[in-house]
Amino acid sequence: MQHQSTKRPTVGLFVTCLVDLFRPSVGFAAVKLIEEAGCTVDVPMTQTCCGQPAYNSGDREDTREIAKATIAAFEEFDYVVAPSGSCTGMLKKHYPALFAGDPAWESRAAEFSKKVHELVSFLADEMKVEGVTAKLTATATYHDSCSGLRELGIHDQPRKLLASVEGLKIAEMQEADVCCGFGGTFCVKYSDISNAIVTKKTANIETAGADMLLAGDLGCLMNMAGKLKRDGSSIEVRHVAEVLAGMTDQPPIGGAN
Amino acid sequence: MQIRSPEFKANSVKALSDAQLQKALGNVRAGFIDKRKKAVDALPEFDALRENGKAIKDHTLANLDLYLENYEAQVKAAGGHVHWAETAEDARRIILDLCASRGVKTVTKGKSMISEEIALNDALEAAGVRPVETDLGEYIIQLRGEHPSHIIAPAVHLNKEQIEADFRRVHTHLPADRELVEHEKLLTEARAVLREQYFKADLGITGANFLVAETGSSIIVTNEGNGDLTQILPRIHVVVASIEKVVPTLEDAAQILRLLARSATGQDMSVYTTISTGGRREGDPDGPDEYHVVLLDNGRSSMLGTEFQEMLRCIRCGACMNHCPVYHAVGGHAYGWVYPGPMGAVLTPSLIGVDKGGHLPNASTFCGRCESVCPMKIPLPKMMRHWREREFERGLNPAAARYGLKAWAFFARRPSLYRFFASLGIPVLSAAGGAKHRFSWLPFAGGWTKYRELPAPEGRTFLQQWAQREAKKQEPVR
Ligand code: SF4
Repeated sequence: MQHQSTKRPTVGLFVTCLVDLFRPSVGFAAVKLIEEAGCTVDVPMTQTCCGQPAYNSGDREDTREIAKATIAAFEEFDYVVAPSGSCTGMLKKHYPALFAGDPAWESRAAEFSKKVHELVSFLADEMKVEGVTAKLTATATYHDSCSGLRELGIHDQPRKLLASVEGLKIAEMQEADVCCGFGGTFCVKYSDISNAIVTKKTANIETAGADMLLAGDLGCLMNMAGKLKRDGSSIEVRHVAEVLAGMTDQPPIGGAN
Repeated sequence: MQIRSPEFKANSVKALSDAQLQKALGNVRAGFIDKRKKAVDALPEFDALRENGKAIKDHTLANLDLYLENYEAQVKAAGGHVHWAETAEDARRIILDLCASRGVKTVTKGKSMISEEIALNDALEAAGVRPVETDLGEYIIQLRGEHPSHIIAPAVHLNKEQIEADFRRVHTHLPADRELVEHEKLLTEARAVLREQYFKADLGITGANFLVAETGSSIIVTNEGNGDLTQILPRIHVVVASIEKVVPTLEDAAQILRLLARSATGQDMSVYTTISTGGRREGDPDGPDEYHVVLLDNGRSSMLGTEFQEMLRCIRCGACMNHCPVYHAVGGHAYGWVYPGPMGAVLTPSLIGVDKGGHLPNASTFCGRCESVCPMKIPLPKMMRHWREREFERGLNPAAARYGLKAWAFFARRPSLYRFFASLGIPVLSAAGGAKHRFSWLPFAGGWTKYRELPAPEGRTFLQQWAQREAKKQEPVR
């Protein structure tokens, strides 16, 4: 469904550092989906990362500088969209908190925050996209990444859009809403605990009876794919945007088996 | 209790390879989560109640001095005594003095985390007073010389077979060939053993879920009724409670009680809710001759007015740990002190110092499930992050991590350099990933590749490809 106004809304794509470096095809899938929803997409070249590694390590000063640069790079757009619940949560929920009480930046961060959306919820909730034209014969299971689910309330939107993919079946896993154990630097700082958590997750994925695992956050996907591949699983791991955009010609995350 | 929080990493590795513990931890996931969900789903006003509970506590904390003074006056009016303890040491001394001056030999105890916090049992034993835990879980871990691994289910780290073995080892006065396999049998045996102790005790110690300023009452909730016997039968009743347990009125306590059991065990109410106000009055059929309250601060007042004040809303329901993937993986003992799980990750550094408790707020994925179930809406991940900030400011985190972070931030703050190096490095890394598109090992990525493959980058970066695509669009059409 096309946006109703005469002028197409402008969207600045916040690619996220992981998609930029590891999985550009997610970025191109996002561009395709946003354009099909009736928007014009641009990608500011001055973006790097949302700042979570610094923020979650207690380094506020660097986080603020990164946040200022991000806000400045994206202020001109009607919307800012990112293919990640976690980075969106950072931009939308945590940037305003970072600048609380800062006369120069508090209101800028608040204005910016209003424009920020996670990709799939942007399509479903803001652009009122009812379905996609993609086709894929597969059975997929969907993992709810933590920030998307609990900070942004993303749960039904990806399921609704995935249901419109011709040929795709969804097999829900047990505890889809439980953390996969990624947690940014947590997964290397506390790798033993992270491994215990992702082991439970991949067991739930395996018993769901799906041949494909989907989620909306590349960090979680790389963690789960890494574990599945280490264990010799043949389950294909992809970002939900790849499937919604019908762009699944790239090898899956972590390769096929 | 000895502080083992600095060894959190080693503790957790040990916990992960402990088969008995891992089996028992499965019960936390199965036992608490579904029950809580059912209870919460059955109460449409649950979220409104949470807001209400939060407001009650916020108001109380903003006027804490006032309500504590009020509470003290009401306890005195009911014939009781209030002792102010600034530190754990002070609290121990007050209780030991009471025992010494009144010739106390045996103390029965209801479940109290404050008693753990002040390491009361060790102090009592050292002074020749015998403490007897009367809560079944506490009784079991006392037999084993352990500490609680959960704030409402102290023995949740144990399996039935372990408890059976302990009972056979300690209750040697009972026939050796008795049947002890079912839960029921274990419970009945513990009850019979404990029943005798209630009558021997000179002094009973309970904690408090609430202190009510309006009436000077203390309220405890239990499922076994052991708290009632602990506080009614001996001649002296001592309540040990921390200052943030106070609420203005009985009605306020009743509001929060509606949240407590549902969040903790999925019950609408605990089996026993016991209100005690002063000692035995003339004409009362039973009750203690003396009623004392030890009010513990132990660092809490210094949390007021800081970014950690909200932690003082905590009602110790345990929901945060019941829903925590890290707690599920390692259990409560790995946290190395009294309070485990997300609430412990925030509270422990406040009470023992972030230099000792620093691992706890770091060992979180920030999945946010704790905050989403906390009945008092405590922003636990946010406060863990505040601890990380304090550590960072004080340079307490490891040098390698700091330099790594600073190096990363240097590039993240310089987009053109960042793009330049990414465009050089990423295609190389991608090619190195080969046909499998992943790595089993990479230098500097050992923390990742110890347990997982590292997916390789696809090829050139997105920004590189996008810039090229845009440049092509700009080319004049011939
Ligand atoms: S922090 Fe919240 S969920 Fe955890 S014990 Fe306290 S009140 Fe319960």
